[in-house]
Amino acid sequence: MSKKKIFVQGNEACIQGALYAGCRFYAGYPITPSTEVMEQMAANLPKVGGKFIQMEDEIGSIAAIVGAVAAGEKAMTGTSGPGFSLKQEIMGYAAMAEIPMVVVNVMRAGPSTGYPTGPSQADVMQAKWGSHGDSPSVVLVPSSVQELFYETIRAFNLAEKYRTPVVILFDEVIGHMREAITIPEPGEVEVIERAKPDCAPEDYKPYEVKDGKVAPLAAFGTGYRYHITGLYHAEDGFPTADQQYIHDTNMRLVNKIEDNKADICENEELFLEDAETVVFAYGVSAKSAKFAVKELRAAGIKAGLLRPKTIWPFPSDAVEKISKTAKKIIVPEMNLGQIHGEVERYAAGRCEVQGIFRVDTEPIHPKQIMNAVLGVPVEPTVIPDVVDFTARG
Amino acid sequence: MTTEATARTVPYKEKKPFDYDPYLRQGKLPHIWCAGCGHGIVLKSLLRAIDALGWKNDDISMVSGIGCSSRTPGYVDFNTMHTLHGRAFAFATGVKFANPKLNVIVTTGDGDALAIGGNHFIHAARRNMDMTILVYNNYIYGMTSGQGSPTMPEGAVSTTSRFGSIEPPFDTCELAKTAGATFVARGTAFHAQELEKTLYEALKHKGTSVVDILDSCPTYYGRFNKHKNVSEMMKSIEKDGTISVAQAAKLPPEKTEGKIVRGILHRAERLEYCDGYQNLLDRVQNK
Amino acid sequence: MGEAAKKQWRIEIDARRCKGCNICASFCPTDTLELKGITMDVKDIDSCIGCQLCDIRCPDFAIQVFPL
Ligand SMILES: Cc1ncc(C[n+]2csc(CCOP(=O)(O)OP(=O)(O)O)c2C)c(N)n1
Ligand code: SF4
Ligand code: SF4
Repeated sequence: MSKKKIFVQGNEACIQGALYAGCRFYAGYPITPSTEVMEQMAANLPKVGGKFIQMEDEIGSIAAIVGAVAAGEKAMTGTSGPGFSLKQEIMGYAAMAEIPMVVVNVMRAGPSTGYPTGPSQADVMQAKWGSHGDSPSVVLVPSSVQELFYETIRAFNLAEKYRTPVVILFDEVIGHMREAITIPEPGEVEVIERAKPDCAPEDYKPYEVKDGKVAPLAAFGTGYRYHITGLYHAEDGFPTADQQYIHDTNMRLVNKIEDNKADICENEELFLEDAETVVFAYGVSAKSAKFAVKELRAAGIKAGLLRPKTIWPFPSDAVEKISKTAKKIIVPEMNLGQIHGEVERYAAGRCEVQGIFRVDTEPIHPKQIMNAVLGVPVEPTVIPDVVDFTARG
Repeated sequence: MTTEATARTVPYKEKKPFDYDPYLRQGKLPHIWCAGCGHGIVLKSLLRAIDALGWKNDDISMVSGIGCSSRTPGYVDFNTMHTLHGRAFAFATGVKFANPKLNVIVTTGDGDALAIGGNHFIHAARRNMDMTILVYNNYIYGMTSGQGSPTMPEGAVSTTSRFGSIEPPFDTCELAKTAGATFVARGTAFHAQELEKTLYEALKHKGTSVVDILDSCPTYYGRFNKHKNVSEMMKSIEKDGTISVAQAAKLPPEKTEGKIVRGILHRAERLEYCDGYQNLLDRVQNK
Repeated sequence: MGEAAKKQWRIEIDARRCKGCNICASFCPTDTLELKGITMDVKDIDSCIGCQLCDIRCPDFAIQVFPL
């Protein structure tokens, strides 16, 4: 097979990445603006012998993929806002039972039904804290169609590596934007396959931790009979009421992610060495941010870009580092400051942190970011006609 | 799994005790169920039926939701999954669809299946994916200490219907049949041998099988509804309150009024979901 | 056949599992069993006919009846 170039929407790039990563099971329920993820899976999975099923709702969809993973498949479900809310209980179940799987949320605007066709970035905190309890979260925030393809593969790899659910969070703009992307040849991009237990079935403990790593998840029907539950469970998978063990397990679940930030977090950095003002942006807002930073640099202004591809675990080290060299960090996001608060937390007063928040379904304009860098007050819903380069004192 | 099974001679006729050990997880008993809870009787009938079919533990996946009844999978040496309240059917759908070779059994309560899980229940029945659903129907929420359930008879007392329920109950079997389940039956924990045979047929059936099992929660339903003890409760509800399909056929309607009918109530042949999907794959891939 | 001796049975009750619900004794056709304190006990082994009904209705996997 030769390298393929295709011209596709983000939603389709996502499923192409999933297929490349070996995803052969999809369960879903239609919702704007993620519907094409589901429709493309319906069209493509049967061609490669995979399983596609339209479930009765989003809860059923995520439940079905957990079941499919237990039966040995790589599986994914996709949704948007309201559907993502419905999935939250089972997100926690998957985290607790350590089920490797991928959940896509194509963000749309507003609480409730909001504005279905409008983009937003307002589910970033939900992706972290949406399910009850302190649960681990791995959330990727790609910002272009090609990147979405690669990040979907990475999502599956991280899920397998850490035996945990991984969320891919993008928005309506990336989901529906068409770009030409390259599909690498098989083998060109690393795909992590599910590890299989190498012990005898009678010695298998599905939650045994060795060298900081949880045991591989055996597929149902392969001789390793075991129990899965969302209750706190011991190494053998059966419920436990041992308080020390409960404490240790919660810590382990969270720390298997937090302790591996160096591996899980990936950032794009632009002109950070001497940047006086750094724009911290992710997803669709990072597109405008990158454009703005380049324009400012061309005008001789010391702006830089820090763009996380992984928003959870939070790239706290990178923020800490720039907060020591930059005078100001600007955080443009299509919500009311969800990540701005995190940036403030890790900048810890070492530099100024300013947000540009937009929730009117219009992506943040590069001019807004440029003016913010230049110190001009920014109106959240108004796209400025000009960039006021004179403002900078 | 294709087993050329014939109804076997059940062990009580052999007058030898049935050996449950090969199906149980060692060291997990005693189970958490209260004294007199019917859930254990249902489980034993199920294990005997599985034994009669000759199914191997490795080939069985048991999936449950949340509730006392949903604790069943923890005790059996199968591929087991204790999931979330009401969602067992959807998890089971994923397991079965991903690996159709597995024999999938869902154990669920009346609240789990018909209240919070009602939507998944009817869609599981509609799809006709091969799985056997056991609804442990004790008219009440046991695990959360005795609230009303959707199968609770009118007038019944629970912690959320202290002055008697004013809601009409669901008939599990009618619901399953209407939704498209291709095997629908009812049994009781009292008629444990009959239940074993019914479950044998349900497991053997290819497609979605639903077995509504009248069961006893002496701790809450029994206590709130003035049953003296579990034996009296089983007698009045399960023995005297029900009649078999065969008996019902012989009796005039006035004699069967108010009685709940036990046995196989509905059977139909319809393409099983995974087979249907295989046909689709063949079509798509041979194009 | 005439004089065939009545078949003998041995009843095993696992006291760690028995919760004393009394279902087995209530439905035993020959009144062979009885509750002693909180655990089931055999009242009269000679009356047992080995029908296995106690085992089949025991929710706790606690009673089994073996032919001698
Ligand atoms: C989403 C959710 N809602 C509520 C509960 C609390 N809950 C646990 S079990 C249960 C009812 C169980 O009743 P049933 O399904 O009839 O089973 P039983 O315990 O009677 O066997 C409820 C409401 C829960 N665990 N999850
Ligand atoms: S509360 Fe009721 S349903 Fe639950 S174990 Fe006790 S008797 Fe059984
Ligand atoms: S085997 Fe039958 S007769 Fe003997 S104790 Fe059990 S129920 Fe009674």
